[in-house]
Amino acid sequence: MSVPLTAEEVARAALRILGEIAPEADVASLKPDVSFRDQMDIDSMDFLNFVIALHEALRIDIPEADYSKLSSLTGCVNYVLAMSGGEKTT
Amino acid sequence: MPTLGADMSDGTLVAWKKKPGDPVTRGEIIAEVETDKAAIDVEVFTTGVIEKMLVQPGEKVPVGTVLAIIREAGQPASAPAPQAGPGRLKISPSARQLALELGVELASLQGTGPGGAISREDVVRVAKAGGMRHETRGGTGEQPLAPVAEAAADRLLRMRQAIAAAMTRSKREIPHYYLSTTIGMGRAMAWLGEENLKRPVTERLLYGVLLIKAVALALREVPELNAVWKDGQAAQSRAIHVGVAISLRQGGLVAPALHDTDRQSLSELMQNFRDLVKRARAGSLRSSELSDPTITVTSLGEQGVETVFGVIYPPQVALVGFGKVVERPWVAEGRVLPSPVVTATLSADHRVTDGHRGGLFLAAVDRLLQEPSRL
Repeated sequence: MSVPLTAEEVARAALRILGEIAPEADVASLKPDVSFRDQMDIDSMDFLNFVIALHEALRIDIPEADYSKLSSLTGCVNYVLAMSGGEKTT
Repeated sequence: MPTLGADMSDGTLVAWKKKPGDPVTRGEIIAEVETDKAAIDVEVFTTGVIEKMLVQPGEKVPVGTVLAIIREAGQPASAPAPQAGPGRLKISPSARQLALELGVELASLQGTGPGGAISREDVVRVAKAGGMRHETRGGTGEQPLAPVAEAAADRLLRMRQAIAAAMTRSKREIPHYYLSTTIGMGRAMAWLGEENLKRPVTERLLYGVLLIKAVALALREVPELNAVWKDGQAAQSRAIHVGVAISLRQGGLVAPALHDTDRQSLSELMQNFRDLVKRARAGSLRSSELSDPTITVTSLGEQGVETVFGVIYPPQVALVGFGKVVERPWVAEGRVLPSPVVTATLSADHRVTDGHRGGLFLAAVDRLLQEPSRL
């Protein structure tokens, strides 16, 4: 990846993908530190589609063992930034 | 208008995808239909040329109504068909009204009058035989359900009514029996973990696909469960089309078929399952996917449920429910170890099978899941 991603870019991408997967959800109101599954009606197929879309949009490889790190918006941003060498968030 | 399940009595033509004179091939989508449960793409089952459309967009017609005439390849153009549209069901107005009052599905009626016309006696006979729907449409003095303003809410209401009709019919007509077994998933989950390590993210498998494939292969060993109840007897299906219960975002569920489930590799099954879920939730299932299931698999594990006692979807004769994969003390080779296990429950029609065969089926599912690499 030539240009490191920013936390805002990752968050925006993640929310866009979630909005496409669960159009009925108000993704703008998601609490960043709370698990997606505790805030939205998503199942394992939805989550797999989320991971695949993140992979395709941000060009990062995501091993299955790391899925749990993507369970919340904050976790997702931190994981992607760590994998892509981008900036760190808290 | 194809029948897309026991709970469907009519459908509304939304749009034609073809026009008269267009060639069509078997399996091609020619129309979009709105049913109580979903928007469906209607396929054709012959190859030829569309000669005439008999139903117009916006028309609501009963199941069985001829939607269009297709001249098969090599056949000369024919004269206009004598039958056309929803009124072509040969039934007198009084018999139609009686059917509505008694809640008898028009599609379930077979006329014994002149030219196959349906009489009031035909309606009464079916009603006495238990052919009544759960909910009736007028004539009962019941108040109609309150009108709902939003289309989504209206669709959900209609879906609930369709599910209510099918499930009520199931519990009324099918003598269910239930068998349950706990299956060790240690080998399957370990194999899956290793397998997914080798696969790119786009090709990884969900464990649910292993369950679906194991059910499909077990049906080869106990084919009586892969059947539909028709005309007072069970008709086994040569093909194994597992219907998978998919919850919809607006509420309700559908259980479309994964065609020839037993003949697909796990990779093919995963891709097709993923596509099926996506299209089910987008409202673009195909008519054959709703009409063809020969058994249903449902899983409520992600909702934390450990055991699922499902209701058979008529005219099918069996349903397999899976619960959550949980860690339990498990004895293997004389040692007690924590192991992932899942509870599989068979709901089966006692008119068709007995517990002995049902037990053999569950044992086969268990055995197949102990050899995941062979699925």
